[in-house]
Amino acid sequence: MISFKVNNKPASFEGDTDTPLLWVLRDRLGLTGTKFSCGVGLCGACVVHLDGRAVASCRVPVSSVEGRAVKTIEGLAAADGELDPVQQAWLEHDVAQCGYCQSGQIMAAVDFLNRYPDPTDKDIDNNMSSMVCRCGTYVRIRKAIHRAAELKRAES
Amino acid sequence: MSALTGKTANERIDAGRRRFLIAGTSVAGGFVLGIPAISFGRPPVAEGTTGERQIGYFIEIKPDGGVVIGSNQPEIGQGVRTVLPMLVAEELDVEWSSVSIRQMPLGLVKTADGYTWKYGGQGVGGSTGLTRNWDFMREVGATARHQLIRAAAARLNVPASSCTTKPGFVVCDSPADAIPYQDLIADAAKLDMPEEVPALKDSRDYRIVGTKKNTIDALDMVTGKTRYGLDTVEPDMRYAVIARSPYLNGSVRSFDDSDARKVDGVLDVFEVEGPKPGEPYFILANGVAVVATSTWAAIKGRQALKVDWDPGPNATDDSETFWQENAEALKGSGQIVTDDGEFDKAMAAADKIVERQYQVPFVSHQPMEPQNCYAYVQEDSCHIIVPTQSPSGASRSAAAITGLPRENIRVDMTRVGGGFGRRLTTDYVAEAAIVSRHTGWPIQLVWTREDDIKNDFYRPAGLHEIRAGVDKDGKVTAWTQRLASASKYYRRPNMPDENLWEAELYPDDFPRKIIENFRLEYFHNAIGLPRGSWRAPAHTANAFVIQSFLDELAHDTGQDPLQLRIDLLGGERELEYGNHGGPTFNPGRLTRLIRFVAEEIDYGTKRPKGRGVGLATHFTFGGYAAHAFEVTVSPRGELTIERIVAAIDCGYAVHPNAVEAQLEGGTIDGISTALGQEITVKNGQVQQSNFHDYPLARIAQIPSRFEAHILNYDETPTGVGEIPIPPVAPALTNAIFAASGVRLRRLPIADQLKRTMAA
Repeated sequence: MISFKVNNKPASFEGDTDTPLLWVLRDRLGLTGTKFSCGVGLCGACVVHLDGRAVASCRVPVSSVEGRAVKTIEGLAAADGELDPVQQAWLEHDVAQCGYCQSGQIMAAVDFLNRYPDPTDKDIDNNMSSMVCRCGTYVRIRKAIHRAAELKRAES
Repeated sequence: MSALTGKTANERIDAGRRRFLIAGTSVAGGFVLGIPAISFGRPPVAEGTTGERQIGYFIEIKPDGGVVIGSNQPEIGQGVRTVLPMLVAEELDVEWSSVSIRQMPLGLVKTADGYTWKYGGQGVGGSTGLTRNWDFMREVGATARHQLIRAAAARLNVPASSCTTKPGFVVCDSPADAIPYQDLIADAAKLDMPEEVPALKDSRDYRIVGTKKNTIDALDMVTGKTRYGLDTVEPDMRYAVIARSPYLNGSVRSFDDSDARKVDGVLDVFEVEGPKPGEPYFILANGVAVVATSTWAAIKGRQALKVDWDPGPNATDDSETFWQENAEALKGSGQIVTDDGEFDKAMAAADKIVERQYQVPFVSHQPMEPQNCYAYVQEDSCHIIVPTQSPSGASRSAAAITGLPRENIRVDMTRVGGGFGRRLTTDYVAEAAIVSRHTGWPIQLVWTREDDIKNDFYRPAGLHEIRAGVDKDGKVTAWTQRLASASKYYRRPNMPDENLWEAELYPDDFPRKIIENFRLEYFHNAIGLPRGSWRAPAHTANAFVIQSFLDELAHDTGQDPLQLRIDLLGGERELEYGNHGGPTFNPGRLTRLIRFVAEEIDYGTKRPKGRGVGLATHFTFGGYAAHAFEVTVSPRGELTIERIVAAIDCGYAVHPNAVEAQLEGGTIDGISTALGQEITVKNGQVQQSNFHDYPLARIAQIPSRFEAHILNYDETPTGVGEIPIPPVAPALTNAIFAASGVRLRRLPIADQLKRTMAA
């Protein structure tokens, strides 16, 4: 049995330890906010945080998360429902079109902003280019990231 | 896409639906308004019996003042879930913040007269989601408001004409008498419906329509609560994947499932029969289904499967051969499908003839949410939950597999993780129904990305040739476009060969009727790739070809590309337009747009070597768009898009935020496709498999300097979903030429620029 934490709550998994974290989250734990899209780590739709860093959950076998902390889009807002600044900025700029890739985009942006609190467009391009949005919301993603950085700075 | 199902249904319901708007009280005590689920010609549902179950498209005013508006159309990211409720809320006169939405299922009901759609025609394609509902949704809102006014007038014993509304309240005589809508629910529900639709608002009084509103369910999306098709969880649901033939029209010779069945969680493995080669297809491929207790177990089970494939009749299909055949075909004579004026004579008299060929590849849709479908087939019923653009098609596919009457098939729709035309076909519904019928279990059928790339209804590829005759003053006197392609109408039922061209050339497009001597010629070529509608179907190819050629024509005849377009397009006038998006086309609206984007980007300013501007414009499905691209090309052929100015004239922007989003997204889709996307075939098999060899644009490829402009024209909205794409590729390649002198006549651009510059 593999034990870990998801969104600050204990979770466990019994079965094929090759199973990607993505499918454990979706099929076993009912956390369907994390999306399946390419299955091979090329698009970022399945990005979650593992010990605080963004990872493509389709490429993480559940065997490697023993004792570690996973955060998904469902656990991003505060317990009282207060949105993360990135979620807030995403709403302000109404980024999503079909919305399918946006959980991953948001999780990736949160990690990115932790490392680049005052990013340039170039920083965004270099760090967010592992993500794919088929609807082409990139113009708004860029604006929303700048806005989220602003919100975070105002917070601290 | 104009042939999309639902349109007929919508038209049929139009005639009678006003008379059959009905009101009543919901189980929860709200006031509801909608269309009764009865056939036309029968009496309306008797007063007092109207409950939620009988109400069709509806609005509900809750006792707490909240307003729930039913969303009858599939939401694929185009914003239909937000814009249609905006229309209702505007005329009903409520605060937008009080509005929430409820996704309606397919409203198919059987009546004495056949099937009818109780929520109106349902299905999104051809950029018609708004335009087909523009009048009706406003009428529903206005009718509900009218009933509330009448109820208030009766209560206060004043004439209805002395009453009006402010958001959420009826006001009679004095503002002190303002009555909240929810207090009028019971009275309003008892009133007979008006004979005529009340007058609609003057657009100058709009408070919601035409203003910036955010996506109504955006909070669910940013918190991961939205349920897409793949997020469906139903009791006892099993998961299925299918190993489909890697060969176009191949089939299963035999298979060995002994290892697959050893995979923990695999429950069943069996053969799925596909269509016979050449016959109409409602599923794509023969294959072997693997059913398991989890998605991962199904995928692993499939990996362990050993299938011996019969490569079938298309085993030697090859892209290289396909392109050679197209080139060969254009040397001969094809089917003349349009022939205006005296083309041959005008060509013979021309002072100069300009001729070019352009190649447009097969491309795949690749929405971020792979195809999937939940199906539960029981003896006398079937439940489908599916992300689709065509819920009617889903119902037909399930009926075809199960043999059940369509009224016994329930189709629920989820928010859809991208459409782009892929979800106009419902092959995945048929597959899911096959697997559920075979096993007796509720099934979620899952496609992987590889499945989605290798089993698509691809956008057709073709080799185009344009020849134009020009007189000594540079005036174009004759024009022909000759196209050898694989038609989208491949394997359509009842499709004679002589009509195949109709999916590839829309004859009334520019420059027909502007250049008097005009001819279109078509050559059909065969290849085993399935084909379908891809966002703005043939417009994407034809705009690239025509707008590239205009630049080349201008250069060859010493004219300016912008001025040549303005000369040809001319001023405002309505030309007859018989294709989808008609009945008329006003080329002057394109003139206005291209002038606008040219000015915004300082077209007239000379750029240094290596930097250039390109323009293009096109009319698509009733809407108008133009783009200006500014690019730099390094001496080694590295391309950077520096700036984009995009403009759309969609008549009247009802939901400007979504129009802007579609303009941004459509432009990026056009860039993505032009830069790197191509489906190729070798030995009868699709060669691409995932995003490494079928690349989608990334954020770094899109400039920060991206300006999206909406230029309203009148008060009649057109669609927007497909309109922004067609000018993108030619504006980009025209800019590349301006910067580098390299003319790219073949899409995708891929490494052509680097290879040409290196040579």
